[in-house]
Amino acid sequence: MLEVAAINAGYGESQVLFGVSLRVAEGEVVTLLGRNGMGKSTTVRAILGLLPITAGSIAYQGQALQRLPSHRIARLGIGLVPEGRQIFANLTVRENLLATAANSRRAREPFTLETVFALFPRLAERLRHYGNQLSGGEQQMLAIGRALMINPSLLVLDEATEGLAPLIRREIWQALTTLKDRGLSILVIDKNIDALLAIADRHFLMEKGQVVWSGTSDELRRKPELKSRYLGLEQ
Amino acid sequence: MLLFCEQLLNGLQLGVTLFLMSAGLTLVFGIMQVINLAHGSFYMIGAYVGATVALHSGSFLLAIFAALGASWLAGCLAEALILRHLYRRRHLDQVLATFGVILFCNEMTRIIWGRQPLFMDIPAALSGSVQILPGLPYPIYRLAVLAVGLAVAVLLWLIFTRTRIGMQVRAGAVNREMVAALGVNITLLYTLVFGCGAMLAGLAGLMAGPILAVEPGMGESILILTFVVIVIGGIGSVRGAFIGAVLVGLVDTLGRAFLPLLLRLLLSPATADSVAASLASMAIYIFMALVLVIKPKGLFPAHH
Ligand SMILES: Nc1ncnc2c1ncn2[C@@H]1O[C@H](COP(=O)(O)OP(=O)(O)OP(=O)(O)O)[C@@H](O)[C@H]1O
Ligand SMILES: [Mg+2]
Repeated sequence: MLEVAAINAGYGESQVLFGVSLRVAEGEVVTLLGRNGMGKSTTVRAILGLLPITAGSIAYQGQALQRLPSHRIARLGIGLVPEGRQIFANLTVRENLLATAANSRRAREPFTLETVFALFPRLAERLRHYGNQLSGGEQQMLAIGRALMINPSLLVLDEATEGLAPLIRREIWQALTTLKDRGLSILVIDKNIDALLAIADRHFLMEKGQVVWSGTSDELRRKPELKSRYLGLEQ
Repeated sequence: MLLFCEQLLNGLQLGVTLFLMSAGLTLVFGIMQVINLAHGSFYMIGAYVGATVALHSGSFLLAIFAALGASWLAGCLAEALILRHLYRRRHLDQVLATFGVILFCNEMTRIIWGRQPLFMDIPAALSGSVQILPGLPYPIYRLAVLAVGLAVAVLLWLIFTRTRIGMQVRAGAVNREMVAALGVNITLLYTLVFGCGAMLAGLAGLMAGPILAVEPGMGESILILTFVVIVIGGIGSVRGAFIGAVLVGLVDTLGRAFLPLLLRLLLSPATADSVAASLASMAIYIFMALVLVIKPKGLFPAHH
């Protein structure tokens, strides 16, 4: 469904991605792993058209994305939960959810405020609060809800649970599991490897702008040395 | 007391005119971070097209539609052809380029309409005065201007708070990349916002037509006041523009009317008049400086 083939990208003079390839199949949960500064967010920005690529190609459901402006890419069905959440601080929770809501793919059971609140009941209690009055966890729930309201077929989460309390993390992983069961494809970046192993089907490991390993959750479990080598984690 | 009421209404009327001018300018400045000196040109275009259509057709209603349409179109064209290329440039480049647009528009009006000012009649239905208080007649037309300005303010408030377009514009003011990444064609949205801002300026120009002379360069005098308004109100905030516009309208009008009277209590009449005249023309700038001392980002800074 998403096919990233040998892309290069960077910021000005400095190249950050060197031939990154990855793919997400229909209904799959795929992770992008790697230490700080290895190019995970840069890959996400390239997919969403927020950063031009200088080589390679990106296709979504057979359609080339590399020439499209961001808003067209989003309308094809890619919903972004960006690094740092980037909630609209001057809009209320309700407005954050509604401002960009759309169903451009004509999904038969579109997300509504009610379905988002069923996923994240806390948001319903904070309906009239402004974005900058929310806790980090609530902001992340709102960012996910906001992306769901454009009715994507692929949800892209950059740092799903970074810096959140354990209880909130559990809530978010729970929600992502529910979304997976609904058939949504997910591309997720996170450092919480155990939670990712439980939910994801396939993993791509990045180092210095390249994908150095990819495989299934079982394969990753059987290679604990990968964790210490590329993720800087204890086994 | 009657004089005070009359001047108060005059001040409010100047205030709503300034609001129509500043609503568009503050949005363009706040969202797109572009300084558009040519905003006064849309005011002039509205006045000229309105005056011409009113003169030839005799219908003020037709003049309204023509003026709104012309200034909207001029705004969209200016955005798509010129300003869009300036968003990423330095402020100095923007000032230079849009100053060029002013010169172009002023020269163009001289070529089309000549150097003589145009005069516009008050529409028959709005001519005459009403007694608003015993002993205080007030021109109906000026009341109508006041009403239109307030109606536009309410309409804008509704659009901003109740519609999705309004939410997207507010969201774009803090994070335009994210709005685009969520599927909104922000380039088109900006062009629309710009066009609507130009249209409001055109409306202000049209309504000023029967009160002031319609002449080349008429946009520049009001442009300076408009910048004062958006700085006082807080750049990017429509609510701030409204409050700022009313305050500037009142300070300017009441200052000119009452400073001479106040100073005469202290000084000899001749000195009082000349001091008051210069003080009155400085009043809004002094007021702006005071506001900025207390609130450096204006009264209602937009979130950033
Ligand atoms: N806006 C930018 N301008 C210049 N260089 C950048 C910019 N953003 C990121 N980089 C550089 O690109 C490289 C990859 O950054 P990227 O944000 O993609 O890493 P990441 O894998 O997402 O890391 P993290 O886990 O810290 O989010 C880093 O070396 C970073 O310094
Ligand atoms: Mg990152």
